[in-house]
Amino acid sequence: MQRIGVFVCWCGSNIAGTVDVQAVSEALKTEPGVVFSTNYQYMCSQAGQDIIKNAIAEHKLTGIVVCSCSPRMHEATFRKTAAAAGLNPYMVEIANIREQCSWVHKDMPIGTEKAIILGRAAIAKVNLNTPLTPGESPVTKRALVIGGGIAGIQTALDIADAGFEVDIVEKKPTIGGKMAQLDKTFPTLDCAACILTPKMVDVAQHEKIRIFSYSEVEAVSGFVGNFDVKIKKKARFVDETKCTGCGLCTEKCPQKKVPNEFNLGMDNRRAVYIPFAQAVPKVATIDADYCSMLKNGKCGVCAKVCTAGAIDYKQQDQTIEEKYGAIVVATGFNPISMDKFDEYAYSQSKDVITSLEFERLTNAAGPTAGKLLRPSDGKHPHTIVFVQCVGSRCDSCSEKGKEYCSKICCMYTAKHAMLTRDKYPDTEVYVFYIDVRTPGKAFDEFYRRAVEEYGVHYIKGMVGKVAPEGDKLMVRASDLLANKQLNIEADLVVLAAAIEPDKSARPLATMLTASMDTNDFFTEAHPKLRPVESPTAGVFLSGACQGPKDIPETVSQAGAAAAKVIGLLAKDKLTGNPCVASSDELMCNGCSSCANVCPYGAITYENKEFRMPDRTVAIRRVAKVNPAVCQGCGACTVACPSGAMDLKGFASSQIIAEVDAICR
Amino acid sequence: MPVNEYKPLIVAFCCNWCSYAGADLAGNNRLNYPADVKIIRVPCSCRVNPMFILRAFQRGADGVIICGCHPGDCHYTSGNYYTRRRMALLFSMLDYLGIERERTRVEWVSAAEGAKFAATMNDFAKTVAALGENKRLEDLRCKK
Repeated sequence: MQRIGVFVCWCGSNIAGTVDVQAVSEALKTEPGVVFSTNYQYMCSQAGQDIIKNAIAEHKLTGIVVCSCSPRMHEATFRKTAAAAGLNPYMVEIANIREQCSWVHKDMPIGTEKAIILGRAAIAKVNLNTPLTPGESPVTKRALVIGGGIAGIQTALDIADAGFEVDIVEKKPTIGGKMAQLDKTFPTLDCAACILTPKMVDVAQHEKIRIFSYSEVEAVSGFVGNFDVKIKKKARFVDETKCTGCGLCTEKCPQKKVPNEFNLGMDNRRAVYIPFAQAVPKVATIDADYCSMLKNGKCGVCAKVCTAGAIDYKQQDQTIEEKYGAIVVATGFNPISMDKFDEYAYSQSKDVITSLEFERLTNAAGPTAGKLLRPSDGKHPHTIVFVQCVGSRCDSCSEKGKEYCSKICCMYTAKHAMLTRDKYPDTEVYVFYIDVRTPGKAFDEFYRRAVEEYGVHYIKGMVGKVAPEGDKLMVRASDLLANKQLNIEADLVVLAAAIEPDKSARPLATMLTASMDTNDFFTEAHPKLRPVESPTAGVFLSGACQGPKDIPETVSQAGAAAAKVIGLLAKDKLTGNPCVASSDELMCNGCSSCANVCPYGAITYENKEFRMPDRTVAIRRVAKVNPAVCQGCGACTVACPSGAMDLKGFASSQIIAEVDAICR
Repeated sequence: MPVNEYKPLIVAFCCNWCSYAGADLAGNNRLNYPADVKIIRVPCSCRVNPMFILRAFQRGADGVIICGCHPGDCHYTSGNYYTRRRMALLFSMLDYLGIERERTRVEWVSAAEGAKFAATMNDFAKTVAALGENKRLEDLRCKK
């Protein structure tokens, strides 16, 4: 028989406000096995934990029940407390009387009654708990970073500087991501390339970092400390080890009409290309969709001009298998498609552009060499209208837009407006906004400078329609503060498109079994306290894949993710989850039902000798669970027809005891 | 709500990774639902043995709901697919035994869907309350 102690937490007034904690601890005193019951203001505090430790020693407790907040919050805390007092940590059960009781029920008698029932269920479970010891597994001391934007670059550098090997997988031919496309960065207005490209070079030169560019993660298996990852290295038809990046092939290639994705299709590149001058790795890539040698077998100019002999038309996709201890997701974001926003005439006029396109237009390495010219006729625009929140904060248009605030648009629009007025003071600049949101260090000052010093016309109100008329764009909008309709004859309209997670994130989340929110952003393990960890152990989040972020925030999150990875890789052994399946050999008939449903391949079979009652020896095939591989889902326990398979910590008898306690 | 309305007894099995967290989120956001709902935490919805559900009905539960991660989002990759198949069979059998279809339910609630959790529980509690007391599945062994 267990000797159980019950500890009811008030959580200040969070629980005590709706649950009569005194009554709960009194009522639970008479439950089977309970020898001690008390309540205290904050069980998780040092004083509260001391109460638990003292009670364990004084009453020789063999199991404890803490009626408090969610086990997702403090189960680990109380397990540590029990361990410190010499009790097996898995003899602790939590009755969740805060999130699932006091916070959702307003009525004191009802809340109290439910809290008693939940406590009763936990006591019934603890009565059947057995001490568990976690197994240990080794850690592969290498990290994988998926995505080579500023988030991935910073994470990789920080991990590598701590002395661990890092691989970066980037689906594009070069690392750099969105930041490489930007012109200047707010609020300091330093040039994006000047602060990013040295980091890219650092990555390339770091002896601990390998870059798999033009590659994608194909499959992930394993678990924290021991991930097995398959990386598909797409054929770029250029031998990376031979190519010197001289760029001769990219000048001589006769296929000149390939839309240049780096400049968002605003100019053309060749079929063999290096995305931009500072690309890392600086290696050419042949676009198989456009190369006439690969399509028709005719041409071969690049191979002729290449002095290094790097061109290889027969190159095949390659699959690399590698082991990692930790995985960092840094898949980033994209602006949403503007095709559905007919009111802004994005698909009708070349002079309606997105902010990222504007960024390329003002970039010295962009299609216009940094001169702000209209894409349609190459003339200098005299009136520019910026429209904010295109697809952001869009409650009613969920099919085409997003409900959330994209966070970075207010600041980059202020930057664009300010830079335009600075370079071309004769240009009239209008910004239409719902609200201007500029929280952040030196952000609001920056926005006010745009208005006060640079004379940008900020107008509260939304643009209703943009209509191309001749070579002008008629912008119809409302000024909500002056309460009047405006008609502006604009030369250029810039849309601050909402940002969304990269499309590759969803299949990746499935591979990693990491969860996502309804907008396909990765969910963090805890929104405040574990912001860079995913709920899946060993998978970490960096940058805009977790939510819209600007560069300073991305870099700090990248560093935080790296710190978590370093903490993990610094361990030689990881303690596993002891709540794993185990099979009762005497009951198992070796039918394979359990192995068929196991998602991890944790179950194998072995022939075992059994001494029968009549003293003969029988050899039977029985299931054997590998505790290092088992993740404890319990699928096998239900599939097992003979009831041989059970899950430690969530045994059938324990769950049935809970059911009985609730239905008493 | 009428004062003398039947208060059902509802057992909710919630998977640790999605629905239990969704229930916690409902709590964080103070989204009310009836106290008739009592949650049992399981690692995955696929840990719910049909025996547990039968046991609940034997012991007088008026409704049983199983909540798991959305299909495709299971923390254990495929657990919720097993749940979906197993429960489809079990619920049709229970229906045959006289436990109405409305008393049993499988719902997918993610960790981000606190509002969905509360709405689901409100709706389920209302549906079960309207059905009234459950005819117990008699099990002689359970008689005291």
